Amino acid sequence: MTAAALALERITCTFTARSGGSARFTALRDTTLVVAPGEFVSVVGPTGCGKSTLLNVAAGLLDPSAGEVRVFGEPLAGVNRHAGYLFQTEALMPWRNALDNVTAGLEFRGVPRDDAVAQAGEWLKRVGLGGFGDRYPHQLSGGMRKRVSLAQTLILNPQILLMDEPFSALDIQTRQLMENELLELWSQDRKSVVFITHDLEEAIALADRVVVLSAGPEAHPMGEYRIDLPRPRDVAEIRLTPRFIQLHTEIWHAMKGEVLKGYAQQRQ
Amino acid sequence: MRNSGNSVTLRLWQVLLLAAVFVGWHVMTVPGILPPLYFGDPNRAAFLFGEPLKVFSRIWHWFWGGDIYRHLWVTLIETLLAFAIGTILGIAIGIWLALAPVASAIFDPYIKAINAMPRVILAPIFFVWFGLGIASKVALGVTLVFFIVFFNVYQGVKEVSPVVLANARMLGASPRQLLRYVYLPSAMSWVFASLHNSVGLAFVGAVVGEYLGSAEGVGYLILQAEGVFDINTVFAGILVLTGFALALDWIVTLAEKRLMVWQPRSSETERI
Repeated sequence: MTAAALALERITCTFTARSGGSARFTALRDTTLVVAPGEFVSVVGPTGCGKSTLLNVAAGLLDPSAGEVRVFGEPLAGVNRHAGYLFQTEALMPWRNALDNVTAGLEFRGVPRDDAVAQAGEWLKRVGLGGFGDRYPHQLSGGMRKRVSLAQTLILNPQILLMDEPFSALDIQTRQLMENELLELWSQDRKSVVFITHDLEEAIALADRVVVLSAGPEAHPMGEYRIDLPRPRDVAEIRLTPRFIQLHTEIWHAMKGEVLKGYAQQRQ
Repeated sequence: MRNSGNSVTLRLWQVLLLAAVFVGWHVMTVPGILPPLYFGDPNRAAFLFGEPLKVFSRIWHWFWGGDIYRHLWVTLIETLLAFAIGTILGIAIGIWLALAPVASAIFDPYIKAINAMPRVILAPIFFVWFGLGIASKVALGVTLVFFIVFFNVYQGVKEVSPVVLANARMLGASPRQLLRYVYLPSAMSWVFASLHNSVGLAFVGAVVGEYLGSAEGVGYLILQAEGVFDINTVFAGILVLTGFALALDWIVTLAEKRLMVWQPRSSETERI
């Protein structure tokens, strides 16, 4: 058996309150998530359930209070070198134009400038921004910035792709376009993907497997659903198929209680 | 077209205002044009406020005769050195303290104290340490420039978006690369934003330093003229300094436009 691409084992994350004192907040408790090589896993859960915390642990940006992270069988120390991370909010360097943002990762690795620029130009074309290399982030639309981020991450060819609600700030049409583009890019070389979202439809449309997290605090996985929809998929069309609706109904029934619980907690 | 017509009118009014000020100055000061209104002695107004024609002729002689260039050059060198040294120190110490919370906590009250102190009073000490040459003026300018740059860099480093930082780390940046590719550019944007201020203060440091004691520079010309009650030369010096400051400011604006292309401006439509 080959080692899992990413294995989060019994992860617990407890934060102490910033104001000091004994107030504590446990975002995740005993969470285990295993992602096989080439597998696309979506994690859904109500808002504030610690989804981003889970992803930050997987990225090595956050040390868990307890538990272990293994990447291709190796325990993770420091930043996860095998992973690329697509953030929910703006992550591009505003003082670099699109091309230089895409080359950044290569520059950090000491790739010669000419080579980096050639590769970055290729990647910008691949995400549909061939003529936009000299634009600065503020001159691009939200969807274009996401594409630059995607190119910036994928140019390093990470084996694991961590995505934190990357398309949540986009309008619905742009979002479906981006989802289809993501699936197409992914199908070319099948990286392992952990895709965090609060949108169940998006989760089902994209993933091989959907993991449902319970409402926080002390969130933990409360259900796993294998998505046996055929690939290649078109995210807009697949939503209309009977199997999709069946899966959606099934998962939604399981989730509903947690969503209401999370909502009630936030109102307190 | 209305717009450009307006701007021409505006410019015209600005020039008229300047002309009116000089004409008013002329009429009020030159003996014999107006009967003495306030001063008993008709020469008194000219003695206190100078006469614009004499002021201009002094400026003309300075530039035509070539005396002024040496002094302007000294003032310029002092300003540039003060600006460069103050900026480099401000960036280095600003980044260091912003990234070292313990050191920053220790130094905090002292930095506040030195910043609150009126630093012009350091000039006598600098004269003792560095003599009456360029160095003491540069030192005075540095103390003025340093704090502007320091506080901006400190702020700039503190306000780096955590997401941009995390992203750079995920892309594989080492701590050193983070400094070079993330912290420094972010801090520089704040430095550029304060460029007008810091260049202006470097200039103030140079001129005030010269005025307090020197053998060269435009401030020295003013000091010398003041010593013999040559008010026309004092005014001529002030006018030259004003023009010089405007020229510096214009250069800074040009530099800013080049360096800050990545920052959003309020309206940015391309003309076809």
